[in-house]
Amino acid sequence: MSDKSSWLLRVVKGFAMFWWDFLVGDTPELFVATLVLVGFVALCRIVWQLNTLALVVLPLLCVTALGLSLDRAQRATRKK
Amino acid sequence: MLIATNVTSGVAVLVVAVFLTSCVEMIEALTIVLAVGHTRGWRSCVEGVGAALVALVVLVAVVGPALVRVPLSTLHLVIGVILLIFGMQWLRKAILRSSGLKEKNDEDVRYERTVASLETSEPAKRRDQVAFVVAFKGVFLEGLEVVIAVITLGTSAHRLGLAALVAAIAVVLVGVVGAVVSKRLTKVPENAMKMGVGILLTSYGTFWTGEGLKVRWPGADVGLLVLVGVYAVVTWLFIVALRRRSGAILEVTS
Repeated sequence: MSDKSSWLLRVVKGFAMFWWDFLVGDTPELFVATLVLVGFVALCRIVWQLNTLALVVLPLLCVTALGLSLDRAQRATRKK
Repeated sequence: MLIATNVTSGVAVLVVAVFLTSCVEMIEALTIVLAVGHTRGWRSCVEGVGAALVALVVLVAVVGPALVRVPLSTLHLVIGVILLIFGMQWLRKAILRSSGLKEKNDEDVRYERTVASLETSEPAKRRDQVAFVVAFKGVFLEGLEVVIAVITLGTSAHRLGLAALVAAIAVVLVGVVGAVVSKRLTKVPENAMKMGVGILLTSYGTFWTGEGLKVRWPGADVGLLVLVGVYAVVTWLFIVALRRRSGAILEVTS
């Protein structure tokens, strides 16, 4: 492999690692919850045409995801 | 009048979010820079900082205008999701720190750790490569989060110039204060700032994810302020609940 392609590979790997750490990191539950949330709100708004439900569900699911993540962190602290 | 209120509230939230994010990240970068400068000398350290700042400015100048060409609903959805995850991560950390479940971010510890790692490396000859690399990495990596905040918030609100200006002011302000007091900024209420940023980014993330999915917010941009209020109350409730629960656990175990 030439120097140029190995340099490119390192840059691509570094870029991918940065985004992985940035979006997933030590809170994969928040990442997954956000994807679920987007899917459900898309269903509410685009498929079922329910704007009010989407309006309520969006922040509510964010709060639920945050609560679950905090609960997970507290349990982890208790185990230590 | 309604339009003026909408523009003002949206701009105010944008300015505060970018300013606080930039301040928090730059305080962390400043701690590393001061550790490098005091331990290995200032010349290579300043060169490293300069190179990192140039790289960050180029990144904003290249990526920012390119993003403006992306269709608005796609841009709002992608940026909304990024901000939502980023905001919730910050909020989670700040809540855990406020409720005593996680150690507060200690600039003293960061400073001592950086100094210790620098002292074990070989002494410099003419050009100190270690000082250059550590200063560059510190400023570039912390600055990258500022760049993401500037680009995402700035392009979505069509105010990239304003967002970049506010971030630049915050960077200069933290740099000047750091230079004047000539020590790490341990007295800055970093966790409170991080909590504020978490609330603002989560609110922006919710708002734009909704916009990207064609959700119509009542009162348009005023909906953003409502979200800020809701998340602030929820954050306070989470802190109170976690403090009570950890207090109860301590009582049972003692």
